[in-house]
Amino acid sequence: METQAFLVQQIVNALFLGSIYALIALGYTMVYGIIQLINFAHGEMFTAGSFIGLIVLGALQRMGFVESHFVLSMFVVFAMAMAYVAFLGVAIEHVAYKPLRRASRLSALLSALGMSIFLSNGMMLSQGVSDRAYPPVLGTGGIHVLGARITYGQIFIVAFAVALMVGLNLFVKKTKLGKAMRATAQNRRMAGLLGINIDKTIRTTFVIGPALGAAAGVMVGMYYGSVRFDMGFIPGIKAFAAAVLGGIGNITGAMVGGMLIGMVEVLWAAFLPSEWKDVTAFIVLILVLYFRPTGILGERVIEERV
Amino acid sequence: MNENGPAKAVLQLNEVHTYYGRIHALKGISCRIPSGGIVCLIGANGAGKSTTLMTICGVQPAAKGEILFEGRPIHRMRPEQIASLGISQVPEGRQIFPLMTTLENLEMGAYLRKDRDGIKRDLEKVYSLFPVLKERRNQLGGTLSGGEQQMLAIARALMSRPRLLLLDEPSLGLAPLLVERIFDTIQEINRAGTPIFLVEQNAQMALSISGWGYVMETGRIVLADRARALLEDEQVKKAYLGE
Repeated sequence: METQAFLVQQIVNALFLGSIYALIALGYTMVYGIIQLINFAHGEMFTAGSFIGLIVLGALQRMGFVESHFVLSMFVVFAMAMAYVAFLGVAIEHVAYKPLRRASRLSALLSALGMSIFLSNGMMLSQGVSDRAYPPVLGTGGIHVLGARITYGQIFIVAFAVALMVGLNLFVKKTKLGKAMRATAQNRRMAGLLGINIDKTIRTTFVIGPALGAAAGVMVGMYYGSVRFDMGFIPGIKAFAAAVLGGIGNITGAMVGGMLIGMVEVLWAAFLPSEWKDVTAFIVLILVLYFRPTGILGERVIEERV
Repeated sequence: MNENGPAKAVLQLNEVHTYYGRIHALKGISCRIPSGGIVCLIGANGAGKSTTLMTICGVQPAAKGEILFEGRPIHRMRPEQIASLGISQVPEGRQIFPLMTTLENLEMGAYLRKDRDGIKRDLEKVYSLFPVLKERRNQLGGTLSGGEQQMLAIARALMSRPRLLLLDEPSLGLAPLLVERIFDTIQEINRAGTPIFLVEQNAQMALSISGWGYVMETGRIVLADRARALLEDEQVKKAYLGE
């Protein structure tokens, strides 16, 4: 009975962590897919989202709004964090990446690295170096499943993360702009010849990726109860590992990779020395890439380019 | 520039120069496409034929000279603006979106259009032109055969309802029978009213369906005449028709 409860609990933890990694990994993979750039500043999008969430949530709580209108407050917190960070993402693309679009990949990569350092230090200066506490809004209420306790907060976060990913899938598969994004990722010059506005599709990528990262940031803040200026670093590189694991550039791959890394990490922490858990993402990555260098779903159709 | 061909031109290039970095790829190209006609541009590999098309479409912008489309200068415009005026290119190597289905590739061809009903009608039209595309509509572009991809590339270009169609090496890598089919279709498209600028290494084929032809050598146009005359030209025969 106890083992069963323990297992269910771990599965819930894995789903939570996997969703977070998947949401962040989507930002890496989408940006890579469309401009072949590893956006090193993406981890900072996650952190920025978490801070904006903290600021908005704190304000709403002081006004007593969270108690009176819980669902609406949650909506406002996520919407504000996602919108702000989306704006930040577009600004970064405009300032740091767009001017280098015809330059070598290495230049853009260095620019991304610089942006990451700049943002991380900016957040340190404005928000301080110590942990900041998130208001405990998710509560402790929950349900019992097979002897394990699952909080409403956990259910809400996982459900919301899944909803965001389903929404993203519908967007890229069904909408005109989403299809234009895929077309641009697959053959940018041809997309331009068909009248697709390349700048606009790239900008859209820098709206969606950072917004998803920001949502993950708010979720982590609410779940673990604290934020810090450098909190995006480790989840950032793990999510990047997840994106590569799934096959960089592949949206479904990022979701699968994120879930897989979340799961392995939770299982490791549950049964093996947990101080080593941060290493698991990379062990999985190395193992998978050793046998499948393109990642799990990264088998792109080889195509002759002129 | 206007001594060649009929008076009314859809497209006119005047002394166009294009550079790839330090390489002077087009050294003052002048040519014109009459409305309603088929004009071909022949020449050896590397002569600058594809560059000419990419310059027209704004992908490799002209450094000097002017390009007029329906009397309007377009040489300073971005590719998507030029596409929105109605110039559609089928580039060399087909450039199919490999991870999108046949249908999605065709939809991308109609990206700039808003008339849903018209798009639906044109979809049926290209399906009747190339029935195999209808069979393959849910198959990924990258999994089609070379011939099917060429048909898809042409069909995708038609989905934009082009006012001028640019074709780059539509016969490349296709079996002779298929080449004939593609050329029949090109003529059919032209008869329906679309002027065509055809770039080809298969000079025989290209000249036989064109009204006018240009011959290009290392970034320059060295000959311009009626296609029938070029087919009889000793120089052309020796260099491009393998006689």
